[in-house]
Amino acid sequence: MTVDTVDRRPNRLQPPLIFGTAILTLMLITALLPQFVAPYDPTRFDYHATLAPPSLAHLFGTDMYGRDILSRILWATRIDLQIAVFSTVGPVIVGTLIGTLVGYYGGFADIVLNRLVDVVVTFPFLVLVIGIIAILGPGLTNLYIAIGLVDWVFFARLARAEILVQRRLDYAHAARGLGYGPARIIFRHLLPNAIGPIITYWMTDMALAILLGSSLGYLGLGAQPPLAEWGALIADGKNFMATAWWITVFPGIAIVVAGFGFSLAGDGVADLLRRRE
Amino acid sequence: MTENLLEVHGLRTEYRSDGRRFTAVDGIDFTVGPGEILGLVGESGSGKSATLRSILGLIKPPGRVEGRILWRGRDIHGLAPSALQRVRGAEIAMIFQDPMTALNPVLTVGQQIRESLAAHTDLSASDRQRRAIELLDLVGIPAAASRLDDYPYQFSGGIRQRAMIAIALAAKPALLLADEPTTALDVTIQDQIIKLIQRLAAELRMSVILVTHDLGVVAESCDRVAVMYAGRIVETAPVATLFRSPRHAYTLGLLQSMPVGRSPRTPLPFIPGAPPRPGDSLNGCAFAARCAFVGDECRHGRPETRHVGLDHMTLCRRAEALPAALEPA
Amino acid sequence: MTKRLLEVADLTKGFVTRGADGRIAQLKALRGVSFTLDRGETLGIVGESGSGKSTLARSVVRLIEPDGGSIRFDGTDARRLSGRERSQFNRRVQMVFQDPYSSLNPRMTVRAALAEAIGVHRLRPPAAVDGRIAELLDLVQLPQEAAERYPRDFSGGQRQRIGIARALAVEPDCLIADEIVSALDLSIQAQIINLLLELQARLDLAILFISHDLRIVRHISHRVGVMYLGEIVETGGAEQVFADPRHPYTQALIAAAPTLDPGRRGRQEAVHGELPSPIDLPAGCSFASRCVHVMERCLTMPPALLSVDRTRAARCYLTENAAPPALREKSP
Repeated sequence: MTVDTVDRRPNRLQPPLIFGTAILTLMLITALLPQFVAPYDPTRFDYHATLAPPSLAHLFGTDMYGRDILSRILWATRIDLQIAVFSTVGPVIVGTLIGTLVGYYGGFADIVLNRLVDVVVTFPFLVLVIGIIAILGPGLTNLYIAIGLVDWVFFARLARAEILVQRRLDYAHAARGLGYGPARIIFRHLLPNAIGPIITYWMTDMALAILLGSSLGYLGLGAQPPLAEWGALIADGKNFMATAWWITVFPGIAIVVAGFGFSLAGDGVADLLRRRE
Repeated sequence: MTENLLEVHGLRTEYRSDGRRFTAVDGIDFTVGPGEILGLVGESGSGKSATLRSILGLIKPPGRVEGRILWRGRDIHGLAPSALQRVRGAEIAMIFQDPMTALNPVLTVGQQIRESLAAHTDLSASDRQRRAIELLDLVGIPAAASRLDDYPYQFSGGIRQRAMIAIALAAKPALLLADEPTTALDVTIQDQIIKLIQRLAAELRMSVILVTHDLGVVAESCDRVAVMYAGRIVETAPVATLFRSPRHAYTLGLLQSMPVGRSPRTPLPFIPGAPPRPGDSLNGCAFAARCAFVGDECRHGRPETRHVGLDHMTLCRRAEALPAALEPA
Repeated sequence: MTKRLLEVADLTKGFVTRGADGRIAQLKALRGVSFTLDRGETLGIVGESGSGKSTLARSVVRLIEPDGGSIRFDGTDARRLSGRERSQFNRRVQMVFQDPYSSLNPRMTVRAALAEAIGVHRLRPPAAVDGRIAELLDLVQLPQEAAERYPRDFSGGQRQRIGIARALAVEPDCLIADEIVSALDLSIQAQIINLLLELQARLDLAILFISHDLRIVRHISHRVGVMYLGEIVETGGAEQVFADPRHPYTQALIAAAPTLDPGRRGRQEAVHGELPSPIDLPAGCSFASRCVHVMERCLTMPPALLSVDRTRAARCYLTENAAPPALREKSP
């Protein structure tokens, strides 16, 4: 007898994943090596070219101090990518861990988690984060802490739901029947099968974190000058909207592109994981 | 000989998935006479359900159906949806394996029967109500009048399947397509539903195509059997003939692998391997790779229909090599 | 080593559920189930949905905690075990599941799954694990290259073989097979039945074979128990019970099971009516509402399991003229 291979669709890479990862890769390169990508020093003042509109010399124009907008956007990638990663990585790990344990063991912890989720979901996310920053004080580190304090709840909720589904499948029963310990069942069997949606949500969450970081930067609660950050860049241009639109529009586009990259990659990863089943 | 109600010639059904085409039904011919119960039996993936869906015109692009489907002598394949609608539901009705998903959960059973009556008959509202009770009674639901206002979830699996049949009967169809109607049911309930279908076919002179994977169900209810394998009908015969002297190696293998009439705890004869998957390219007989009677001639060319007895057709080129008759179980 | 391996007595289990009227009610899935199982023996449990046969399977391997009754395994009280002893019990009584698709971890190769089972119970030194995996694949008649594949690469029948190999990896004494061929096509069912018969002969396994399919239970079992609404209503040698059923439910079940005989097309339906609601059980015999032999006392007082002869018993007043209950035999 031979092993009949079930029609395995070639794992063709889908367009969303290709575009998404392409955008993210370019962002990563820019974030790591902005000095090689940016045409100008982002902090260099040039009083001969203040508020210059887009031109061949300055593709995205300059701001009121004559700083090159393109260069500032490229340098800001580093900060915004940092925000995306640093403010979510903690919540992913902690939230997944808590959600997994709660999902597996249930009981009183499950009731506590569900009430906590209810509370957090009722508050507008931005208001809650601003509230925490108001207590901690503005700045990137406090921004990470503020987002982290709230964000883990969403991962915990997701992980709990996924583990509840997996726990009821027969392979989980089989693992118990084989006399495996809870740690082995949870981390070797259930979690690897539950992790897909969590990773997908993480990608979306990083896009949300960039939006949130930019919003707070715009309000002056996030990245502090002289750090270039997309939200802060938009804020820089808010007084010149009528005369120098490029100061606000191009950083805005950068945020949109980054968000797009993360969501496309997230969709692509989700699709890839589904196909592997 | 009476005229056939349904004649299917050269039916071919293809599905498309991920840019690849799969042949679910690979050129089949069969007929259904008035009042006849035809069993369409095969394992999963053999194409039996796709056959029913093709007859009802339920295959949607990019799926594709070819061939002729003659209903009372008229080709209904390729009819405009409105014309097809008059045949489907009115003259041909279908019941499914899972009555829970086939019934609308937010409507009462009475509403669903009356809806079907309104669509297919000219009955007045009060007549529809009366007829709905009659239909529930006909399918053997106890205290029919009091169950009209119940929702499907309030019924057990067996009663749900009966309700499903009542809805299908509302239009007085001439042909009932039953897709694994008893597979989800318990043995004693399955038995009741089979007996019900048999009784209805006889009383209403209604033809039935009963799709099932269970040869026992076929033996106990059908007049004629068509055995499907890998998208083709490999053998057709009156039920008594087929179970006494099957003339296709696959049918024989299936019958022998049933644990019926064997000495207990002895190894059962079995068919080695697994059926080809849709999309596998085949040269010769689709069953050749698993066949105990395989000969050189089986490995090339498409098997053609052979007549091996009265109303008995097979695709097997080694039919003469099979044992003449099976021991009665 | 005694022959008696498993001795289950008076097992009960209820689930809390909502009745048709929305009130919280107790669903009695097991109502005092008793049976014994010897090494090398197959006990078939046959019943329809709602009979409690799956609850029974899961209670025996302690995936479900029963409410009452005892499970004695190889002389020890399995319900009191904990820690290492519990893990040993789990190892020795293995369950094989119905659904070959959900019962395997999709992210583990066959080798990883088997190696894990062997490793957790330290059944082989690390160097010998690969050899043992090869042996197991041979045992369930899968090719060696199967080891590197994932469950998605296999057909249903092959997956069921993998499930059996995984159970055998921990060298159990007893297999609990819950509807293990129900999801498979007919031509594949026979392969798995044959495999089970062969494995039992080679490894002296005790098998609790649970199925709704009478034909298969009859073929594979030494003894059978027929379950109806959480009770065993008839028990005895497989051939005796199927050739000469004593309980009216067993008789109905056998009459209803399709045979390959087209001559039976003209017969009447085997039994009228449906299962009573398991949350609102009748006061008397649970089969009374569908029984053709029903008598007055059947409606008020449930019959006990009454002996038909030395090895057989049926929960029916029709068998009353026989000897007093002797179902639970004393172990030697």
